[in-house]
Amino acid sequence: MEKFTELTGVAAPLPIINLDTDKIFPAIYLKTIKRTGLSQWLFQEIRFRPDGSENPDFVLNQAPYRQAKILIGADNFGCGSSREHAPWALLDFGIRCVIAPSFADIFYNNCFKNGILPIKLPKEICDELMEDAKKGANAVMTIDLESQTVSRPDGEKVHFELDAFRKRCLLNGIDDIGLTEQKGADIGNYEEKARLGRPWLFGMTQKQA
Amino acid sequence: MAPPRTLFDKIWASHVIAPQGEGTYLIYIDLHLIHEVTTPQAFEGLKLAGRKVHRPDATMAVADHNIPTTNRKAGAAGITEPDSKLQVDTLERNVKEFGVPYFPIDSIDQGIVHVIGPEQGLSQPGMTIVCGDSHTATHGAMGALAFGIGTSEVEHVLATQTLIQAPAKNMLIKVDGSLGTGVSPKDVILAIIAKIGTAGGTGHVFEYAGSTFRDMSMEGRMTVCNMSIEAGARAGLVAPDDKTFAYMMGRPYAPKGAAWEQALAYWKTLPSDPGVKYDKEAHLDAKDIAPHVTWGTNPEQAAPITGRVPDPAQVDDPLKRAFMERALQYMQLQPNTRLTDVPVQRVFIGSCTNSRIEDLRAAAAIAKGRKVADGVVALVVPGSGHVKHQAEEEGLDRIFLEAGFEWRDAGCSMCMSMNDDKAMNGERVATTSNRNFEGRQGKNAKSHLMGPAMAAAAAVTGRLADVRDFG
Repeated sequence: MEKFTELTGVAAPLPIINLDTDKIFPAIYLKTIKRTGLSQWLFQEIRFRPDGSENPDFVLNQAPYRQAKILIGADNFGCGSSREHAPWALLDFGIRCVIAPSFADIFYNNCFKNGILPIKLPKEICDELMEDAKKGANAVMTIDLESQTVSRPDGEKVHFELDAFRKRCLLNGIDDIGLTEQKGADIGNYEEKARLGRPWLFGMTQKQA
Repeated sequence: MAPPRTLFDKIWASHVIAPQGEGTYLIYIDLHLIHEVTTPQAFEGLKLAGRKVHRPDATMAVADHNIPTTNRKAGAAGITEPDSKLQVDTLERNVKEFGVPYFPIDSIDQGIVHVIGPEQGLSQPGMTIVCGDSHTATHGAMGALAFGIGTSEVEHVLATQTLIQAPAKNMLIKVDGSLGTGVSPKDVILAIIAKIGTAGGTGHVFEYAGSTFRDMSMEGRMTVCNMSIEAGARAGLVAPDDKTFAYMMGRPYAPKGAAWEQALAYWKTLPSDPGVKYDKEAHLDAKDIAPHVTWGTNPEQAAPITGRVPDPAQVDDPLKRAFMERALQYMQLQPNTRLTDVPVQRVFIGSCTNSRIEDLRAAAAIAKGRKVADGVVALVVPGSGHVKHQAEEEGLDRIFLEAGFEWRDAGCSMCMSMNDDKAMNGERVATTSNRNFEGRQGKNAKSHLMGPAMAAAAAVTGRLADVRDFG
């Protein structure tokens, strides 16, 4: 996973509440067995017209926002399906940060696994950032993860909260599995105890009666 | 004395391996269900890193999302769509290479992953269960902590049988009283979501309690728990009780003999302690719940069938109003339209929400002696090979076929329309599935969520209909 330390880029406004992961990445394209190259299907239904041409009204089809690295979203961003294809497609497009008043839990989690930083900020602040994001080429923001700040186009800094574990993983680009494997002894001890306390759970899927 | 704990608190505590520090924990996963759509990239990751599946004996694989619901006797070789075949072939190759147990698509044991878990006795009280699918909450009906995960987490569980998680908060959803005639568990959960909203449960685990759930069948509890995610909760649980234990007993993968007795004693310790406090609560009265249908593009946009399409002009918040306007535009519905005046062209009875035997019985009771309306295509897709078999034993297939419904093989089918089962040309669908998102059932498809008897009623009338009008 790529580290996330500091990010400067154009922020695109996406003022849609309950933006579900079907809208971010439609189910029909889940047939892929790859996790790369998925941006071609990102926001498929709203980004393209029925004939396959770009919908000029959609924000990511407009000049300054084609290079967007940040999305400013609305409440309950990423609700619905658990598909990680949603963050994979965002990442492939170049989005490394999504800012919204609230996120659906699974999408929020999935972002961190892919080096995308989801930032929760109060609605009033998101409303201001949404206005900033409408400034086209001037909608440039800087995210500094170490100091947990978003710098608005006018230079004002906004602080955001983030749990320390997730921050550390992003800053260092830590592979979760490698981290957990270091706890192999703890896992082994747990399994030994569980095998005594709840023995019926072991060998379960292989011992059909 | 130890403070009282909820069902969730107890399951959580018994699965913490170690604190990860900073408010997160490493927790153990008892059962990992996997399917063809969200695992190829996870297995690829394992291979690249040279890792094994840590506990194949706690993992079960099945293909369900992306398979045809016809010609299944031919197995994977009978899949004609190349991308779907590649995905199923990839799963079959991976389970073989990593030694993971698997129900092949021509087996009677195959079915929708959230139907077969309980059906096979794999999903048990007190377990932690995960799957790369947000409707994993279904297994909460067994009194298990079950939730959906992304593919990176699937890989993490395959490699280590653990997950790094922060504990959720507890939310009590209490419903008391008897459901009226024609009111189904689907109506209960649609009413709950309409009340608390699609993000009402974010960060929380639901516990469904009260006499309505106590009196509900296991299948009904599964329908309710299934849609917890549509209210934002990753998991929803019902405390295990005698009904749960009776359901579990004798199932293929349930413990037997002395192990059964040991498990049963443990399961009985799980229900929430008296006097325990929840972080949040919602209360509903069963007698206020009518058969519901959705009118919009999000499960919270639901109303009693006797109601009308709401008017966005009544909504103050600009983003909420815009969302509602967009929904009505997509659904091609005018405010104040009577819901029973809305025509449908397609009907889908199936999905992990409503494809169990009880659902098929409820739909068949309406279909019996009636005909699918002219111009309506209606599909019945059982949740598993066993459900299909049982329905055929009971003669339900004859009832559906005589009424003009199609009778298919088990799979996710039109819930997400990855296979050929989909609405064409923007058709309007009466569906027993769980999501009415834009495009979910086909390009421009207009989905109305409802219970199985309501969907059958829509099929025979050709419009949204109140099941209570059918004698």
